[in-house]
Amino acid sequence: MGEVSTPEEWQKPLPAIDDVNREFWAAAAEGRLLIQACPHCGHRQFYPRALCTACGDPPEWLECSGRGTVHTFTIIRQMAMRPFRDELPYVVAMVELEEGPRMMGNVTDCDPDTVRIGLPVEAHFVRAADDVGVPMWRPASG
Amino acid sequence: MDRTPVIVGTGLSDYPKAPHLDGVQHHVQAMQRALADSGLEKSEIDGYVSAGGGGLMIDDAVTMAEYLRIDHHYIDGTMTGGSSFEFHVQHLAAAIREGLCDVALITYGSDQLSRMGRKLGTGGFQRPGSRVSGPIQYEAPYGNSLVGAYAMHAARHMHEFGTTPAQLAEIAVGVREYATLNPHAIYRDPITVDDVLNSRMIADPLHKLDCCAITDGGGAVLLTTADRAKDLRQPPVYVLGAAGAETHWNVSQQPDFTTCAGTTAGPIAFERAGLAPDGIDMLMFYDSFTITCLILLESLGFVPRGEGGPFVAEGNLKRGGRLPLNTDGGGLSSSHPGMRGIFLLIEATRQLRGQAGPAQVPDCRTAMCAGSGGWLSAIGVAILGAEHP
Repeated sequence: MGEVSTPEEWQKPLPAIDDVNREFWAAAAEGRLLIQACPHCGHRQFYPRALCTACGDPPEWLECSGRGTVHTFTIIRQMAMRPFRDELPYVVAMVELEEGPRMMGNVTDCDPDTVRIGLPVEAHFVRAADDVGVPMWRPASG
Repeated sequence: MDRTPVIVGTGLSDYPKAPHLDGVQHHVQAMQRALADSGLEKSEIDGYVSAGGGGLMIDDAVTMAEYLRIDHHYIDGTMTGGSSFEFHVQHLAAAIREGLCDVALITYGSDQLSRMGRKLGTGGFQRPGSRVSGPIQYEAPYGNSLVGAYAMHAARHMHEFGTTPAQLAEIAVGVREYATLNPHAIYRDPITVDDVLNSRMIADPLHKLDCCAITDGGGAVLLTTADRAKDLRQPPVYVLGAAGAETHWNVSQQPDFTTCAGTTAGPIAFERAGLAPDGIDMLMFYDSFTITCLILLESLGFVPRGEGGPFVAEGNLKRGGRLPLNTDGGGLSSSHPGMRGIFLLIEATRQLRGQAGPAQVPDCRTAMCAGSGGWLSAIGVAILGAEHP
């Protein structure tokens, strides 16, 4: 279980919950990171879909370790949209999960200029609404 | 009857800033100019294509066909972002060969700069606190920008291959040299590599001058058969081969941040054209960002993977180089109203007709237009030629 923090107010975009994505966002609100794995062919994927993109069968959930590495990233230094513009500069990264798939996220709790490709990171979660946790990343401890 | 598909008319609407035109009027003006260029009558058009996406106006294919009153029996609204128009050429080449239509019109128009300002690249995609559906929900909470999506490609390319910011800057410098020759280009002062590297960082490692302009503008292209072209006003430009492919749409699904679907589309287009990269005389690449050109160059086989940086630094893409790039000044320095792909076709046509004035590539017989739609997502390629295949 990853650390879950609850901000006073969440002003960033939120997902519209549906039958396919509900479990992913709800799990993240409890500090658990889910991807999908196919019971038929073993393919692993993120983001959640109604089918395995490799074979077309229905996928199942797989809980991840919450560990990964920065595959690539950028430091956003210009952004007009609130509330992001109040947080400049910030890191947007593609994190490669220990389990294989990649996902986008912010790398927080560090100086943006210290982020490098290959940096080990670990997940933490922000509870943005009762049914939504947003996965975030920070440099791995130890 | 020779049904080889040819481009016989092109038109550009007023740019780079045209507050007197809305998006639909850009479509109209470009069409009027393409008709005048070709010598065709509007009533001869029986195929119509628009990707829409021009901004605030409703300009999808069926709405525009009605507004322009094109009595078509072939229509296509394929929308792959900025590369849409290269996909359109692929589709129209087949449609014209097959006899599904005889004279086809593609139009595009956008009042992006006059109506929406310069927010496209770093304005964000969603409103604060909004609920987001679809795959973008897995990116929207993180505040990425359009520039940031391309920056992540540049960062990975630099990491894997040692590509440098100065090498990317050479692309912007070379395209700017051509912009100095285009009286309509939005940026016309020559720049140096240092100018690019000293310009403001927007999203590491991309500087302001690694990024395309934001402008107004529109374009139109008329295609028909080689037979019909015989008594028209302009020398025909032949569609030698066209292809398109997609690896992803949203950037977080990019399977490989150092390449793109050009690796699929390029070989198909070359095979259809009976050409190889060394048979191409000039390049019209979608230069949304300097890195876009570098990845297109490698993925389409003009240089081995990872070797684009040194190739660019040698000056090969500049005026007088082996493969002149974006002779109208490109999106980086001339015009980028949001979806630039149609301008690639229009400028390549100008070159292949030998009408490019001081920007003319000597003895230009073949050109490759390569559009990148989305986030190096949907790549459309059209190889055009001055001679009948």
